[in-house]
Amino acid sequence: MIKGNKDHAALADIFNQDEARVDWHDETLWFVRAKRDKAANTLSEWEALRENAAQIKDNVLSNLHDYLSEFESNAQKNGLIVHWAADAAAHNQIVLSILKAKEISKMVKSKSMLTEECHLNEYLHQNGVEVIDTDLGERIVQLAEEPPSHIVLPCIHKKKEEIGELFHEHLGTPKGASDPKLLTAAARIHLREKFLTRRAAITGVNFAIAETGEFVVCTNEGNADMGAHLSEVHIACMGIEKIIPKRANLSVFLRLLARSATGQPITTYSSHFRTPRKGQEMHLILVDNGRTQQLGRADFRNSLKCIRCGACMNTCPVYRRSGGHSYHTAIAGPIGAILAPNLNMKQYADLPFASTLCGSCTNVCPVKINIHEQLYKWRQVIVKEGYADPKKTMAMKAMEFTLSHPSVYRNAGKTGRWLMKNMPFLVNNKLNAWYTQRDMPAVPQQSFSEWYKKNNNE
Amino acid sequence: MTVGLFIPCYIDQFYPNAAIATLKLLQKLGVKVSYPLQQTCCGQPMANSGFEHLTTGCNELFIDNFAAFDYIVSPSGSCVLHIKDHLHSDGQAEKASCIRKKVYELTEFLTDILKVEKLTARFPHKVGMHQSCHGQRGLMMSQMTELVAPPFSKPRQLLNMVKDLELVELSRPDECCGFGGTFCVAEEAVSVKMGKDRVADHLHHGAQYITAADMSCLMHMEGLLRRQNSQVKVLHIAEILNAEEV
Amino acid sequence: MSSRAQILARVKENQPTLTNLPADLTGMVQYPDPVAMFGSVLDGIGGMMYRVKDYEELISLVKTQFAGLERIISTIPELEELTEKDWQDLPPHSYEDVDVAIIKAHFGVAENAALWVTESLMGQRVIPFICQQLVIVVHKKDILSNMQEAYQQISNAHYGFGTFIAGPSKTADIEQSLVLGAHGPKNMTVFVLA
Ligand code: SF4
Repeated sequence: MIKGNKDHAALADIFNQDEARVDWHDETLWFVRAKRDKAANTLSEWEALRENAAQIKDNVLSNLHDYLSEFESNAQKNGLIVHWAADAAAHNQIVLSILKAKEISKMVKSKSMLTEECHLNEYLHQNGVEVIDTDLGERIVQLAEEPPSHIVLPCIHKKKEEIGELFHEHLGTPKGASDPKLLTAAARIHLREKFLTRRAAITGVNFAIAETGEFVVCTNEGNADMGAHLSEVHIACMGIEKIIPKRANLSVFLRLLARSATGQPITTYSSHFRTPRKGQEMHLILVDNGRTQQLGRADFRNSLKCIRCGACMNTCPVYRRSGGHSYHTAIAGPIGAILAPNLNMKQYADLPFASTLCGSCTNVCPVKINIHEQLYKWRQVIVKEGYADPKKTMAMKAMEFTLSHPSVYRNAGKTGRWLMKNMPFLVNNKLNAWYTQRDMPAVPQQSFSEWYKKNNNE
Repeated sequence: MTVGLFIPCYIDQFYPNAAIATLKLLQKLGVKVSYPLQQTCCGQPMANSGFEHLTTGCNELFIDNFAAFDYIVSPSGSCVLHIKDHLHSDGQAEKASCIRKKVYELTEFLTDILKVEKLTARFPHKVGMHQSCHGQRGLMMSQMTELVAPPFSKPRQLLNMVKDLELVELSRPDECCGFGGTFCVAEEAVSVKMGKDRVADHLHHGAQYITAADMSCLMHMEGLLRRQNSQVKVLHIAEILNAEEV
Repeated sequence: MSSRAQILARVKENQPTLTNLPADLTGMVQYPDPVAMFGSVLDGIGGMMYRVKDYEELISLVKTQFAGLERIISTIPELEELTEKDWQDLPPHSYEDVDVAIIKAHFGVAENAALWVTESLMGQRVIPFICQQLVIVVHKKDILSNMQEAYQQISNAHYGFGTFIAGPSKTADIEQSLVLGAHGPKNMTVFVLA
C-alpha cells in the first residue's frame, strides 16, 4: 500500500481516529504478550537461555565469514544449489531465473520476511509469475492487497468481519460469515488446491546450520512443508545472518522462539531440511541487502541477531497503538525501527523517534538486542547526518544556549514563563500539541529556587 | 555525608512542592543537603531528541555544580538515568565518571544508601503507583514484568512504610505512560492514547492518587486527568513519603 | 567480482573481533514424570495422548477411534493388518486423501510435547503434513525432559529431512482465535508404548 510521504506520527494519527479499534488492537496484542510471559515463566532457566542465545549470536556475527563458507560447502555436499544475492534486486532475479529455467509461472510461498523486504511478490507479478502466499494471515493480507502489519501475525490488524468479507468476495464463503473456524476451513480447501497444483515452492529460513548445511523452517500451519514436499523445485531464501554454528544450538533457539512469539512451547513444525527429496531441486539463496553494512556499524550490528519472533512488537506500547502499517516498512515495530534506517536513513528517519525509549522491547527480546539503546543511538546519527527538521534544530540550539547559561535561564522571565514557551519536551514546531488533549500544569506562586533562597539559607 | 540536590528544570518551575518534599524528607532523615543555585538541566531533552552533541554546556555546568558532593540525589529517575548513562566531558572526564557513579534517584537513595526502614508519614488514601520506565527498566528500581526473576520494588517498599496508605494493584503494572520527552508532542496521538490508557487503569482500580518517582510522567497524566475533570490527583512520591500526620 | 566473493569480502571486513561460543548450559528443566508432563503439554496444544501396554492394545484403539475411515497408512510393520499395502512409492500428491497416517517417532520431549521424526520413519516427507489425522507412536522410555537432551540424542545423525511435530496443524491468524487443522492434520494422537 502506498503511504505517500506520511511519517509514523501522521500514520499513527490516522490509526488513532478510531479509538475503539485502537483498544481492540492493543488488547489483542497484549494478550499475546501475556501468553509469552506465561510461557517464559514455565522455565526457570529462561534468562540463562536468553543470555546463551545472545552469546551464540555474538559468536556468529564475529565469525560470519567462516560460517557462511562452511555452510555453503556443506549445503552443496548435501545436494543444494546455493546462490548469493547482494541486494533485493539480485535476489528477485535469481528466483525468477530459477522459475524460468523450469518454465514455471505459478507458485506457492510460505512466510518469509526476507521476501517481503525484497518485494518479491510485486516483482514476480510484474514478470508474469503468480505467487500464492500460503500462510493464512499472509493470504488474507494478500487478498486485501495490503502488506503484513506484523512479522508473526500478518493480519493482526484485521477484524474477522473484514476477513469474512474478503473471503466472501474471493473464496465464495457465505455473506456475513465471520466464524474463524469456518473461514479457516474455507482457506484450507482453497490452499490445498494450490499446494497440489503448483510445481515450485518458496520458503523462508529460520536457522541455517554451518556444521551440517541443513536449514530449519518453523511454522504452525504446516504450509512450508506442504509446499516444499509437494514441489519439484524448493527455493529457500535467507538473510546471511540466519546462520548458527551447530545443530545443538537449535536447542536454545527453538526453546526461545515460539515461547517469545506466541507463548507456545514450540511451533507445531520445526522442519530440518538437509537434502532435496529424490527428484527434487533445492535452491538456497543467501541475501545481503544491507546486512554487511549493518555488520560494520558497531552500535547497530546487534540488530542482526534478531530471530524474528515479534515479541518486541507485541510488548511495544507504541506499536500496539499505532499499528504495523504506521512504520511504512516491511518489518514494523521496534526491531524494524532499528533495521530500516540502515537501508535508507532519509526515508526512515522518523522511525527511531517513534518510541518513548521505555525499554520493554529490550527486556522481552530472546536474543537480548539492546533495541531501545539503538533507537537512542540512531537518533544521534540521524540528526548528525542532517535528517532532522531544521526548525527543531534551531529550537534545540536556543534551548542549549539558555540551559547552559544559568543567568540567562534564571532571568528568562518570571516563574514558568520560559518553560511555558520552551518546555524542553515541547520544543517542536507543533507547540500546541500538548494542549490539544492535555491541560498545562498550573504555574505556582514561586519556583523551588525562589523558595529555597527564602527558606533554606540557614 | 554531603548531598547535592538536583532538581530538574520543570520540577523547579512547575512542581516546587515535589522538590520541597524531597529536601525536607532528606533533612528529616538526617542528611545534609545543598541545592546549588546555578543548576539548570541534565541535557536529556536535547539528547533524547538526537542532539546529544549539543549537551556539552549542560554537562560542564552539571559537573561544576555537583562534582564536590558525596552523592547527588534527584526526584527524577529519568534525569538520573540520563546522567548515569550519558554524562561525559572531555576536559573533566574523571569527574564525569565519578558523578555517574554517585548520582541517585531519591527512592533508591533511601533504600540502598540510607537503608531506610521506617518513615513517620501517614497518607490515608488509595494510591496507584506508576512505574516510570527510565527508573524501572533503566535504573532497575523495581523488577520488570518481562523478566523471569523474583519481584522487588524500591518505591513500593517505601510506600509500604506509610501509615494507612492503600496501594491499588494495576492490570498492567509497568506499561509506559507515553510521555517520552519530545515524543509527547511529536507523536501526540499515540502519546495521549497511552496516557489515557494508563490513567484508566489507575481509575479502574480505584486510585485516588497516582504517584511516581518521575514527575514528567505525572505531569502528562495530570494534564489528561484535568482535561477529563477528574478528581484524582497526581503526587510525586516524595510528597507522600513526607506527608505529615493529619 | 562475483556476488559471493563480494559479500564474503564485506563480511570479513565488517565482522567484529572473534568471540567464543558460550559453554553449554547446565541444569535444564527435568520433570519427575516426563510422560505425564508430555501428556499435559500435548493436551494444551490440541493433541491427545494414550498410554498403551502393547501393539495389541494400540491396534484395538486405532480400530475404534478411526472406525469407518478408508485410507489408513503406516510405516510400522506391526500395524500391517490395519493399513493399506505398498503405498510408499507413489507420487506425493497421491496421499491427498489419506485419512490417517500412523508413524513412529524417535523420541518425544516433555517440555513442549514435540516428537522427532525423520524421513525414514515417514515413508515420504509429505505424509505427516498431508494426512487428515496423524498418529504417532513413541516408546515411554523415549520421552525426554527438554530440548537440550533432544539434540544430544539427535547428535550428528544423518537424515535428509527431519522434523519436530508438536500437535495438530493450527493457526490463530484470525483475531488470535485458535483453529486446528490449518493445512495439515486436524488432530493428532500420540500412543505411548509401555
Ligand atoms: S528484535 Fe528480538 S524481540 Fe524483536 S523480533 Fe527480533 S528477536 Fe524478537
